[in-house]
Amino acid sequence: MTDAAIARTTARPPAGEPSAWDQLKVNRNWLGFWFMVPAMAFLVLFLVYPLGKGLWMSFTDARIGREGRFVGLENFEWLLDDRDFIHALVFTLVFTFVASAVKFAIGLYLALLLNNNLPFKAFIRSVVLIPFIVPTVLSAVAFWWIFDTQFSVITWGLVKLGFIDRSSPINWMGDPFLTQCVVIFANIWRGIPFIAITLLAGLQTVSPSLYEAATLDGATKWQNFRYVTYPLLTPIIAVVMTFSVLFTFTDFQLIWAMTRGGPVNATHLMATLSYQRGILGGNLGEGAAIAISMVPFLLAAIMFSWFGLQRRKWQQGESND
Amino acid sequence: MTATAGTDPKTTAALAAIGRSTAKDDHSEGMSYLESLPRKTVTVYLPLFIIMIVLLFPFYWMFITSIKPDQDLLDLHGGNPLWVGEPTFRHFYKLLFESNYPTWLWNTMFVAVCATFLSIVASVLAAYAITRIRYRGAQTVGGLIFLAYLVPPSILFIPLSTIIHVYGLFDTPFALILTYPTILIPFCTWLLMGYFKTIPYELEECALIDGASRWQILVKIIIPLAVPGLISAFIFAFTLCWNEFIYALTFISSNPNKTVPTAIVSEFVDGDVFRWGSLMAGALVGSLPLVILYAFFVEHYVSAMTGAVKE
Repeated sequence: MTDAAIARTTARPPAGEPSAWDQLKVNRNWLGFWFMVPAMAFLVLFLVYPLGKGLWMSFTDARIGREGRFVGLENFEWLLDDRDFIHALVFTLVFTFVASAVKFAIGLYLALLLNNNLPFKAFIRSVVLIPFIVPTVLSAVAFWWIFDTQFSVITWGLVKLGFIDRSSPINWMGDPFLTQCVVIFANIWRGIPFIAITLLAGLQTVSPSLYEAATLDGATKWQNFRYVTYPLLTPIIAVVMTFSVLFTFTDFQLIWAMTRGGPVNATHLMATLSYQRGILGGNLGEGAAIAISMVPFLLAAIMFSWFGLQRRKWQQGESND
Repeated sequence: MTATAGTDPKTTAALAAIGRSTAKDDHSEGMSYLESLPRKTVTVYLPLFIIMIVLLFPFYWMFITSIKPDQDLLDLHGGNPLWVGEPTFRHFYKLLFESNYPTWLWNTMFVAVCATFLSIVASVLAAYAITRIRYRGAQTVGGLIFLAYLVPPSILFIPLSTIIHVYGLFDTPFALILTYPTILIPFCTWLLMGYFKTIPYELEECALIDGASRWQILVKIIIPLAVPGLISAFIFAFTLCWNEFIYALTFISSNPNKTVPTAIVSEFVDGDVFRWGSLMAGALVGSLPLVILYAFFVEHYVSAMTGAVKE
């Protein structure tokens, strides 16, 4: 037996060796299983199980320190009549839409700017990423101070420039609408670097010869962008925007660090409302229900940005590989 | 996922381009010489300058606030708030010697290092199994791991907090060390899968024929060759841990166990009095380790970040 096996190994080139692979196939599934154990253990214990438990809890009246009783859809029925919840839902949608759209527009613009031949290119690119690296909470704290109602440096600047009067300062963090604008602004500020640098990575792959050819054919700058850059960039835009929408929709730390949902619940996102009701208020069931009600919107947002942008690629007959 | 697999070589090429540009000029700006300098100033330099100012102003403001004496902080009408006449390091002194800040820094560091280490070990094994062992269902498992990345912590923290209580981990660093990998493993696995795929299969085949076990192949061949990928994964995972807020806020309650982000927002506010100087100093010091790490590994960082959207 062994002689025969050795004979076979030596007879054939090593790259196409079948017998060693045949032997491996016998236990490959088990081997794969053992290698997967650590990752799976974490994900099952701390992700899949909590996800299921969260779904279950949303159907119970669980409170802190007390197991819940099954109450069916009662939590969700209450939430539909809850003005704060409806408000948080609407604001979350507006927040996500406005912030993602502006982030994308400025991010793409910045990427196009950075794609120019600039002095200190590498340095500028590194600096642009800094808002993304600094922990969100810590930069949110800075914004909290920048937009402080009494001592805002923005107000100071506007007074100095003569746009407003010193006696009537802007109540950045006290007026619901202004506060909403401020948190959206902070979210945009935080998100632009990620989008810009990723899109820049995409732009770098577009061959300059395409632009040269298009320009020779008489294309304007806009046509260059519209018919060369944009189509080649769509796949990466789809992925980047999926992530951006996902993380904007479920944002928690920015709001919690800056406003805690205030003033008068104006800036509650679903995530922060869920924390306030579930953990601070102790109504775990209700909090879980709010968190679970994010799921359909999340799926819709992902589907939209994913397939909405991906479709273009199929239409143009590119392979999906 | 398969739909965007097409971006893979593209992104990789782009990353290489970004990496190269630090060393020498790339020539991706085909006809920029056609633009005159004044025109370029208006269309490129000026907007870029404005965006950079907006992106960096909060850090400047953070810094200037943290070295201002207290009386200057609340006086916008005296001098110029954008400048500081008599800088003081009192806020930093108070932060480092009269508060629990060093403990919080240590906690954050400890949790981040442990969670990152655990995640990378688990991810290396998982990524290797998915890309190379190709057991039945490997593709499906790969897809599921990607889906796990799309499950946001904002949905999980309530059920997780009850589970943490049941496991007896509440208010211990282990609550964070064991939950952070759920965020990190999907990311690191995905990133490492990309790196492992670039390692030639022939190396492994030869080793297998020479009688090496899968474990030996992983430790002696794959891991040494994937070091750049491991560094990327480490840096990004570490950053994510440092940044994490909602789990730390929910699972940790006592002051000495807190991490920097949670402590900053809760411990520097006495009732209605915000200690802005200390707050800003704390935010600055808390950001510093990441910025330093980033400064040393910019290229790895960028590749890790784009790696997140690679497939």
